[in-house]
Amino acid sequence: MSITNRQAICNVLLEAAKTNPDLTVVCSDSRGSGSLTPFAKAYPDQFVEVGIAEQDLVGIAAGLAAGGMQVFAASPASFLTTRSYEQVKVDVAYSSTNVKLIGISGGVSYGALGMTHHSTQDFAAMTALTGMRVYCPSDHFQTEKLVQELLKDNLPAYIRVSRSATADIYDENMPFVLNQANVIQSGTDALIVAAGEMVPFAKEAAEELESLGFSVGVLDMYCLKPFDTKMLLEMASKVPVVISVEEHSQYGGLGSQIAQALCANDPKPLVEMHLPDTHLVAGTNTEIFKEYGLDARGIARTTLQAIEKSRGQSTIPSAASVQ
Amino acid sequence: MDDLTRKSWQLRRDILEMMDRSKAGHVGGDLSVVDILNVLYNEVMNVSPKNFGDENRDRFLLSKGHCADALFAVLGDCGFFDKREAIETFSQYGSRFIGHPNTEVNGIEINSGSLGHGLAIGVGMALAAKRKGRSYRTYVVLGDGEMAEGSNYEAMMAAAQYNLDNLCATVDLNGLQISGTTDEVMSTAPLNKKFEAFGWNVIEVADGNDIAQLRAAYAKAAEYKGKPTVVIAHTIKGKGVSFMENQISWHHGIMNPAQYQQAIAEIEEVLA
Repeated sequence: MSITNRQAICNVLLEAAKTNPDLTVVCSDSRGSGSLTPFAKAYPDQFVEVGIAEQDLVGIAAGLAAGGMQVFAASPASFLTTRSYEQVKVDVAYSSTNVKLIGISGGVSYGALGMTHHSTQDFAAMTALTGMRVYCPSDHFQTEKLVQELLKDNLPAYIRVSRSATADIYDENMPFVLNQANVIQSGTDALIVAAGEMVPFAKEAAEELESLGFSVGVLDMYCLKPFDTKMLLEMASKVPVVISVEEHSQYGGLGSQIAQALCANDPKPLVEMHLPDTHLVAGTNTEIFKEYGLDARGIARTTLQAIEKSRGQSTIPSAASVQ
Repeated sequence: MDDLTRKSWQLRRDILEMMDRSKAGHVGGDLSVVDILNVLYNEVMNVSPKNFGDENRDRFLLSKGHCADALFAVLGDCGFFDKREAIETFSQYGSRFIGHPNTEVNGIEINSGSLGHGLAIGVGMALAAKRKGRSYRTYVVLGDGEMAEGSNYEAMMAAAQYNLDNLCATVDLNGLQISGTTDEVMSTAPLNKKFEAFGWNVIEVADGNDIAQLRAAYAKAAEYKGKPTVVIAHTIKGKGVSFMENQISWHHGIMNPAQYQQAIAEIEEVLA
């Protein structure tokens, strides 16, 4: 397994701090879970601990930014995007302070710790705020590129990362343009659009279907806001059906945005894969993904069913044949 | 009457005109906080239209943002913008002088309005000054009703943790809020003991509408080292207009023409 995205963020910040004395990391007793202990040790004068106080975390981060600092504030996504939502809305987004919010252990990363610790609403909450940009990178290469780009501007952003490492998809020479979705592969039978930890599963599913003779595109929509409608439409124009996959509820996340974009520009069937609107099953994140079909097999199955439906016939291998 | 006291009464006249024209605003709190704002901007703080872009300017945050009306009067009077524009367009269609501080108005550091935000932002600003070796001080004005917001206590802890003696909070303690007295609605007393327990230096001002007392308090605050300071200013809501003083209904009451005339007459009498 590769390094985690939170480690990747810490590495980029450690590198940037060498030449940027204003770069400041703020944590709410979250330096360990944010993999930011190396930063706190290397740059104690550029690290601020606020204790278990997420509202304070964001307010102080905004104040530091207003005082000339370039701030990264890291806290579990579940608390950062709900407990401190108003501070994010007013002190960061509305006030346009130079604060990058890192939502660590996003989605169902905390597994059996349960609903209090899941963040299955953060895409919706954060994209709804005027002035906020929202990202959910997939592997550590993309995470590094994203953070390197965000270090160049002074506008707010929210970045959700998961707790465990995501399988490598790219390499260090990957093309990266901020706010432009990454095309993993093109296809003509279906397009799978995913973000974050779902991207490697989507890629694996597409490869499995390829081995059965189908051409399936995969788009890594790490930029939830601004949403890359242009790339989505370009990729979607080649297929009869689109599948969205997200570690988020069905409300206001990736699927909703795709639905909005397709409906307004190029109406076609969309199958949304997401976490259910219920108390989630206990288990590791991998077990939770499997429970709700959010793994390679589940995505392959659903995609195949979508392709079958789009063809209006069943002369192709049955969905059941996908193991 | 000294010049600064005279200015406070002139500012009260401006605020009342703004309220009368707009039929909006929070007149009761404006009249309790205006002396604090007047002293800070005209004597205590190193901030002016000329140095507003300077990294070492003192920073001011009105956490009780609904009293932006009073702040606009003071900023306009200091020349941050044309005061008449603020008085004449406050809360009007298309105006930048909305009911809360916002950065479209020159002199405003950050957008505010929702209560319980200013102190944490002030902590961040003061900490940035310490980290960057800058000389500026940060001033935050809060309301006593606002002290029911739990986020304030998170910020109080952090201010003490980082020994932010370059941070000075002021509580405009007028004892009233929209639904009743602060003691009835949710007592925030004893604020002095609360701040002390949280590691702050506390300075009480018996008459927070008295320029000389405020002046003395801020001078002491600036000298104090090692801890953040809070100035607890005991003020009168609606101060200066007899029928508004200590009346809950004037939290954001709207004057009828006769009331406006009477209010202005009372101010003019003091100024005469």
